[in-house]
Amino acid sequence: MRLVARKTRVSTGASVPVLIGIAAVCVFLVIGSLRSDIFAQQTVAGLSQGAVFASLALALVLIYRATEVINFAQGEMAMLTTYIAYQLTIWGVTYWVAFPLTLLISFALGIFIYGVFIRPVQHRSVIALVIITVGLFILIDGLVTWKWGADLKFMQAPFGNQVYHAGGVAFARQDIGVLAVTIVSVVLLWGLFQFTKLGLAMRAAALRPAAAALVGVRVDWMLAVGWGLAAVLGAVAGLMTEPTQFLQPTMMQAVLLYSFAAAVLGGLESPAGSVVGGLALGVFLNLVGQYVGWATSELRLPIAFVVLLIVLLLKPNGLFGRKQVRRV
Amino acid sequence: MGALLQLEDVDARYGPIQALHGVSLSVAEGEIAAVLGANGAGKTTTLRAVSGTVRRSGTLTFDGRPLRGGAEATARRGIAHVPEGRGTFAELTVSENLRLGAYTRRGGLKDDTARVQQYFPWIEERKSQQAGTLSGGEQQMLALARAFMQRPRMLLLDEPSLGLAPLLVTEIFRIIRELNEHEGLTVLVVEQNAHIALQLASTAYVLEVGRVALSGPSNELQQHESVRRSYLGY
Repeated sequence: MRLVARKTRVSTGASVPVLIGIAAVCVFLVIGSLRSDIFAQQTVAGLSQGAVFASLALALVLIYRATEVINFAQGEMAMLTTYIAYQLTIWGVTYWVAFPLTLLISFALGIFIYGVFIRPVQHRSVIALVIITVGLFILIDGLVTWKWGADLKFMQAPFGNQVYHAGGVAFARQDIGVLAVTIVSVVLLWGLFQFTKLGLAMRAAALRPAAAALVGVRVDWMLAVGWGLAAVLGAVAGLMTEPTQFLQPTMMQAVLLYSFAAAVLGGLESPAGSVVGGLALGVFLNLVGQYVGWATSELRLPIAFVVLLIVLLLKPNGLFGRKQVRRV
Repeated sequence: MGALLQLEDVDARYGPIQALHGVSLSVAEGEIAAVLGANGAGKTTTLRAVSGTVRRSGTLTFDGRPLRGGAEATARRGIAHVPEGRGTFAELTVSENLRLGAYTRRGGLKDDTARVQQYFPWIEERKSQQAGTLSGGEQQMLALARAFMQRPRMLLLDEPSLGLAPLLVTEIFRIIRELNEHEGLTVLVVEQNAHIALQLASTAYVLEVGRVALSGPSNELQQHESVRRSYLGY
């Protein structure tokens, strides 16, 4: 029996005007890059920085969707895992072996933090959770400084220091590498969520825990895996920040603030939005730094937040904020 | 045939409030049983006691072994609970909802999808639609289809008629009967609509403030003076 024959429009993420806007910006960036070498260089460097913001922002979104808390310790967890990679290289492990090892350790660390610190208070109060993540921030910061010291440390440059020339444009191999690594990890994660049974169960557990349990999903485990994956993304962000910021306990603090901005820009609930938000922020800040005389590096962070404020005034749900269509 | 599900002297509570007081009931393999009663009588809580989504005590036996643990353990024992509000994952697509129904199972889903097709032919062309945009009746059917994907031995249904037009209610109950007859599904259904529930079920239990006030074969209950007055309205 055919009950209702009407077609229903479904909102999935970005609205049409936002998509048109994004397309227009992309066209602008491509045309600009074709006409000016410096513009092209700055755009690529911006994308590379933005990719780091994007992966940490995506980690924040993952956790926000699963546990409904902003994890203030996300940046410090990323920093800790970068130190772990550093320690592995000190012990003689080569960088590209230490890299996947670090991601594995990060996954375990994320699950551990969820199980020990988050799960016990998860259903009590949001404020308690927020305080706990702030506490974790301080705890990790203290532990790292105690173990490795506050002075700058250096790891081997993972992508070397070569520069590629294409036409008159010089691309740092490092920028391309950072961009590539981040894109690959984001795509893998997207595939996991979209195409695997585990990913589907994780989404179900985050969206509707009670209903997910009724179909047999172990909700706590799914949330733990979510924290693990977020920690892995954070580790990618940390390792990709290290070549430019070097290793120090404060290395991820500014990145975390940019990532907050990127995540909120994207709508906080939208993984795609956080990636677009991160990339957009990176490119925007680099181009402003290049072409606007008074916008010196001290103003980078304030400018990021002014942009955020303007976007939120125009679109309170963020660029990809989704209004649920629901019928009862 | 012995009882597939047996509750003996089951209590359940929400914090300080006790919702069930020593409820006993049993559902034979292959039968449809109904739980009737007014709002707040403990109908929903009875189902939640079975699926372990409320704090409970007493003896609960399924297929000869005690029921323990929470919702996901119950699902793994082969009990599909369609809760109040239907448990639809509104944000996910229709086919993702069906895949989640089959979550506890291994192996391919082709056969099951084909069988779901038989009962719910409209699902195929709507499978990439967001489930929250389906109509109430479609969501109720999706909930049945999702439960069916679990290949359960027993189906717990919480007010399948809620909020649906009479024509749709008839359709839903027709499908429940088909699932029972063709697939051998044992069903425990909770209903406000005593009329239709007594037509569907072979056994019924009437709850009043957390206790079983009356029970017996549906046709006997249908004749029962107080049931007629309180629940059937004639």
